[in-house]
Amino acid sequence: MEENIRPPFAVRARPWFIALPALLVLIGILYPFLTAIYYSMTAYALNRPGSVDTFVGLRNYVRMFTSEDFLYSTYITFAYALLATGIELVLGLIVAMLLNRDSRLAKIFTPTLIFPMIIPPVIGTLIWKMMMQPSVGILNPMLNAVGLPSLQWAAAPETALFSVLLVDIWMFTPFVALILLAGLRSFPSAPFEAARVDGASFWFTFRNLTLPMLSPFIIIVVVFRLMDSLKMFDIIFAMTEGGPGNTLMTYQLTAYRTSIQFQRLAQGLPYAILLYIIIYVTSMYLIKAWGRAQRRAAGY
Amino acid sequence: MQSKVSNNRLAAILSDGFLGLYFIFALFPLLWMVLVSLKSGEELFTTQFVFTPTLENYQAILFGDPRAAAGVVARQEFPRFFMNSLIVSSGAVVLSLLVGVPAAYALARYRFRGKEDLAFTFLSFRFAPELVVIIPLSVLYRQLGLYDTYWGIIWVYQLVTLPLLIWVLRSYFEDVSPDIEQAAMIDGYPWWRIFWSILLPLVRPGLAAAALLAFVFAWNNFIFALVLGGSNVQTVTVSALGYISSAQAFFNRMAAASVLASIPQIVLALSIQRYLIRGLSFGAVKG
Repeated sequence: MEENIRPPFAVRARPWFIALPALLVLIGILYPFLTAIYYSMTAYALNRPGSVDTFVGLRNYVRMFTSEDFLYSTYITFAYALLATGIELVLGLIVAMLLNRDSRLAKIFTPTLIFPMIIPPVIGTLIWKMMMQPSVGILNPMLNAVGLPSLQWAAAPETALFSVLLVDIWMFTPFVALILLAGLRSFPSAPFEAARVDGASFWFTFRNLTLPMLSPFIIIVVVFRLMDSLKMFDIIFAMTEGGPGNTLMTYQLTAYRTSIQFQRLAQGLPYAILLYIIIYVTSMYLIKAWGRAQRRAAGY
Repeated sequence: MQSKVSNNRLAAILSDGFLGLYFIFALFPLLWMVLVSLKSGEELFTTQFVFTPTLENYQAILFGDPRAAAGVVARQEFPRFFMNSLIVSSGAVVLSLLVGVPAAYALARYRFRGKEDLAFTFLSFRFAPELVVIIPLSVLYRQLGLYDTYWGIIWVYQLVTLPLLIWVLRSYFEDVSPDIEQAAMIDGYPWWRIFWSILLPLVRPGLAAAALLAFVFAWNNFIFALVLGGSNVQTVTVSALGYISSAQAFFNRMAAASVLASIPQIVLALSIQRYLIRGLSFGAVKG
């Protein structure tokens, strides 16, 4: 009886068979990942042949956690990610709501919304770097024109974080706005009509209708923006390579500088692996929250 | 009543005003890039918007700089970098299509143990910090002779293109009603015929859009070719840094290179506008 219900092996194995090519690529990616964990427990330095065979256990991790730069690196990684995500979320929501009106300006501009986010991030950053440049730049003359003093932008430690955040916000607010706009447009009009007829205020409608219905979309946006900004490399590297000094040395930049530029391969890896764990746990949690929010928004 | 109407008008004006400011912020840098790319070396240091436009920067990066002094790098290699970007990005998309389309189908249509874990593992590539994979690959690639080769870059670009294609296509496959396939199955067609002749044509527009978006992301990538590529496979994004690190005089050249490297992206994005939301959100938002 059991055999009759259970489909033959060929049928049960079929999805795995169909996915086999992708599984091979998967293995090709997971193998270096496992090597990374192994290397992180050795004394591997590219300029010292044979050092890969010296197993040191968790020494590189202890060294990372006790390094005097570790706390600052943690601070700058999270400051960048949380500020970028937070500001983009608020600004993107405002832009999305303004675009979701019957306005000619909104209709003209909506197709251009994607431009900043679709060009290569490195190139977008270089444009801003050029605009911030003291001799050919345009931002300081603009500040001066309205009576403000010139800034040193990414070249000064005080304004470096602000400068890279400005680029991040410029580049990725359109992503937030586009996804949230798609959310707003997917809403049924009946509850909003009812609220309008009942004379509900803008804030009441926003807090009790718009925001709850938008929550699955907000979570999706946060997943993408938070994960991408925690591991941001392109903008910071193209702007200052982590400088001035160590002002912008996030986990990613520290891992790059230590493992690749200084060739101390094993010492930089703990930063990348720690970042991987943080991102993995956060994204799992957020994706679960997304599932719940979706069911709630659908009225279950 | 009167005041309500004028209030609404005021709100509309303020809204459009804020929107206008935002779009100046969003579009001005791009406009400025185009302007700088049209400026000659002498006019570069004036911030004026009125100037005699010249195509000499484009000429220089495409065909070489006739006035380049000895010792100054004549940056005419741009066409080669452009071709490199084109080869590795299209190669990566083709490979992702070959392995990703069947996988997306399996994930959309079959129930099997570990299915969601498998799907999430592919997605986690997208979110993983690239250096976790790149640092060990920088050793492995030198051992295998893949360092600075097209194959090496195409392989590692799967981290960018494969999760996107699998997740977006999975959502398109799930949109197709299983009734169609069941009817064909009852008629006695084997599963691969159903997949090839019925399902695939139905998702073709979404498939094309997802492939183009994957191409855009591969093209935009920077860190993989920076670490795992040398001069043989140098892409447009990696080479762009070279203009700015050498000397100020190359700012206008860099702007011209930026324009040329950005135009394909903008054209592609505009051509798949209808499918963009779903692609950008990996199938999570059906715009």
